[in-house]
Amino acid sequence: MTDDSLVVTDLHVEFSGFVAVGGVSFDAHPGEVRFLIGPNGAGKTTCIDAVTGLAKATGSARLGERELLGRPVHKIVRLGIGRTFQTASVFDELTVLQNLDIAAGRHRPSVSLLRARRGVEESIEQALEETGLAGELATPAGILSHGQKQWLEIAMLLVQDAKVLLLDEPVAGMSQDERTATGELLQRIAAKRIVLVVEHDMDFMRRFATRVTVLHQGKVLSQGTVADVQADPRVQEVYLGTAGAATTAAMSAVPEPVAGTRQGQED
Amino acid sequence: MHVDALIAPLLNGSAQGALLLLAALGLSLTFGQMGVINMAHGEFLMIGAFAAYLVQQVIVASGLSIPVALPVAFGVAGLFGLLLEVTIIQRMYRRPLDTLLVTVGVGLILQQAALQIFPSQGVPVEKPAWLDGQLNILGYEWPLRQLFTILLAAVCVAALSAWLKHTSFGRRIRATVQNRDLAETSGISTRTVDRLTFFTGSGLAGVAGVAASLIGGTNSQMGAQYIIPAFLVVAAGGIGQLKGTIIAAWAVGVALSYFAYWTTGSLAQVLAFILVIVFLQLRPQGLFTVRTRSLA
Amino acid sequence: MTKPKPWLSLSGIGVFAVLLLAVAPLVLTDHWLNNLGKYCCWAIAAVGIGLAWGRGGMLVMGQGVFFALGAYAMAMHLTLETAGDRIPGFMVLYDPLAPLPMFWEPFRSAGFTLLAIVLLPVLLAGLLGYALFKRRVKGAYFAILTQALAVALATLISSTIRETGGDTGLSDFKYFFGFVLNDPANKLMVYLIAAALLIVCLLAVWQLYRSRFGELLVATRDAEERVRFLGYDPANVKLVAFVVSALMASIGGAMFVPIVGIITPAEIGAAASVLMIAGVALGGRASLFGPALGAMAVGWGQSSLGSTWPEGWTYILGLLFIVVILFLPNGLSSLPARFAAARRRPAEQPAPAIAVAELEEVRS
Repeated sequence: MTDDSLVVTDLHVEFSGFVAVGGVSFDAHPGEVRFLIGPNGAGKTTCIDAVTGLAKATGSARLGERELLGRPVHKIVRLGIGRTFQTASVFDELTVLQNLDIAAGRHRPSVSLLRARRGVEESIEQALEETGLAGELATPAGILSHGQKQWLEIAMLLVQDAKVLLLDEPVAGMSQDERTATGELLQRIAAKRIVLVVEHDMDFMRRFATRVTVLHQGKVLSQGTVADVQADPRVQEVYLGTAGAATTAAMSAVPEPVAGTRQGQED
Repeated sequence: MHVDALIAPLLNGSAQGALLLLAALGLSLTFGQMGVINMAHGEFLMIGAFAAYLVQQVIVASGLSIPVALPVAFGVAGLFGLLLEVTIIQRMYRRPLDTLLVTVGVGLILQQAALQIFPSQGVPVEKPAWLDGQLNILGYEWPLRQLFTILLAAVCVAALSAWLKHTSFGRRIRATVQNRDLAETSGISTRTVDRLTFFTGSGLAGVAGVAASLIGGTNSQMGAQYIIPAFLVVAAGGIGQLKGTIIAAWAVGVALSYFAYWTTGSLAQVLAFILVIVFLQLRPQGLFTVRTRSLA
Repeated sequence: MTKPKPWLSLSGIGVFAVLLLAVAPLVLTDHWLNNLGKYCCWAIAAVGIGLAWGRGGMLVMGQGVFFALGAYAMAMHLTLETAGDRIPGFMVLYDPLAPLPMFWEPFRSAGFTLLAIVLLPVLLAGLLGYALFKRRVKGAYFAILTQALAVALATLISSTIRETGGDTGLSDFKYFFGFVLNDPANKLMVYLIAAALLIVCLLAVWQLYRSRFGELLVATRDAEERVRFLGYDPANVKLVAFVVSALMASIGGAMFVPIVGIITPAEIGAAASVLMIAGVALGGRASLFGPALGAMAVGWGQSSLGSTWPEGWTYILGLLFIVVILFLPNGLSSLPARFAAARRRPAEQPAPAIAVAELEEVRS
């Protein structure tokens, strides 16, 4: 356990009596692509909401030495937690550059906001390069393709210098090629930062996850490598019972995870 | 004597609150459902009041004309609301602030039209003789006119909540309020629901107008006085929350009445405004809220 | 899509400055110059509304309040200057023996008055904005609360005849910081001050719009929560825009008084506040020149048609709200960009063409 790990302990979230998350613990470290999966209503997004200050929670969520719970959203962000949403949310009327410039701006002194931007900051150029958006610098974000919007969001997290990237269904609605590109991007990013992905897509999870936490009805059902989780009979039961047999069949169809080896190659 | 000084504004304020509630009920319904503030709602109230006057031109006996005027005002104001929904508001989905401004324009036109159709100093609406007296309750004289307003508000609230709860249209309205997209995908025609809601909400403004015509003057400016307090009531009560609206209306009515009693009518307005701001500091979503997980 | 050329808008402001400051005084009669001065005052307030509403998404329906702060601060000073050592005439009418109300006393000082014109709106808007934005009160709530404040203030002034002149307002000012107001040369000076202040306000928003703050403000308008998740507090972003817009309204109000010669609650209440919005909507809420030009157009309509054909003017105003906001939400200033975009991309892709048009509109 290092200084810059995200450690969530005994997280509880309630919505007027309904327990959405009931005592979830997990951790995530730089160097791994961490997945949070589970059927609908398992509390995955709520966990992220709690960590980012959007939902009120008890328990603990620490980034290194700092407790996150109880702080307002923008203060948590300033500690280095960044997130995306299920529906891509970028500023449609602003260009890609303007979007990234705003994301990169939280370290700037307030007075400098009153000046116009000159040139493109280095961190922004790197992020554009990384996400393959370099050619779209002046495109209004609103007319980007769906996949490009998702990448722009990830690029915004990069220039925002987030230590932790919480990604809520980053490949939803993407083509197979885009998924692969996104997965590889996440693996590169994960070398230096914490990447935590909430996903429905089992195939994507199998290909890119280093470690997986399975949530069910607000509790941790299983935790471990993709192989561990897939072998867990409780996981199979839940997916058989709620998400349908097809998913389970698909889950057991692929015999071994490939993510670990891929990561090794990238590094 | 000392107690009387405290009780009198309470009685007065309760009646004022009932009138506010009548004005706010329809607003709360349309705002709750469509997220749209209809700034012409006050003018629909004015239409209701003028409808009462017109009914009296036909049925001279005021004892009978007011009971007739209530459904007529409901229908006429409701039709105006329906017309507004069909011609303008349905074209402006997901632009709530723009809708607010467009209805400001509609309100201006309706005011000016009323000013030209009716005498500019307003028209007299005869109070029925059976509203002239006073009723002695617990040793205090209650003017029947005020009791009538309270009773009318109570009947409207009861009818509205029964309608929302027990009819299929009511259930569809509540479903649409809670989750428009889901309602739509579950096969509810939100278009029809919107129209019906707008008809009903505007109709309620018409009923409020009849009540208002019995208490104050009936003129082209009368609606403008009600729209802002009515909205403050809706805001303080919480969107789409009937019981919140009731409590807030009563509280604002009584507060205004006490402030006016202690200071002056105009200072009372400023104080009421500050009160609402302070209240929104404590409960930005109003008295009662529907909890959701969505970003907003 | 490249960055908009800032020098183009800047030279636009230059042309506008030449028209207002040099051409207008040469070609217009005193009467029309005075009217133009009045429109300039409304335009100053409108530029602020464009900033808060067009760029910031805050529908400020009570700018009359801030207009009133500037106007009444100025009017009180001018009234005291006219009255000299005596109690202002209108107060004597209601109670000859009562002393000058306490809050009037500091307005004898010219310095205090100027400071009040700047600080009062900043304080009030700061306080109100802080209270509302921090608690995430927005949209229709914000709009109606600001309008409620305008109604409350107008009612308060109406009912305090002895302290504020009530419905008759404050008028009959003879001096303006030592200058005799009747003198045509001094009238020209007052006009030039108002016109110059309008240019200054335009320059200020020009810089704000091209700055990073301008981009952040648009981002906050379109996706407030997203901005929060980038580590900013959107409340602060909105607060700055709201306070600046309040300051501009106050400046407009302050110059309105010596130019028009009277200030009454009717100039600051709900109807007056809505009138200020009308011009901004007509011209184009998010554009640089739209709000000012729109406000001047509506100001002209109000003072000419409004007095010669009041019924017709009200209908026009009502229709203006409906037609412009329904069919042309970005106002008249979005027309050229729309046509240009339509010509550049013939029929094939209508949807993006509109998006681009609106985008250019926002940045123009």
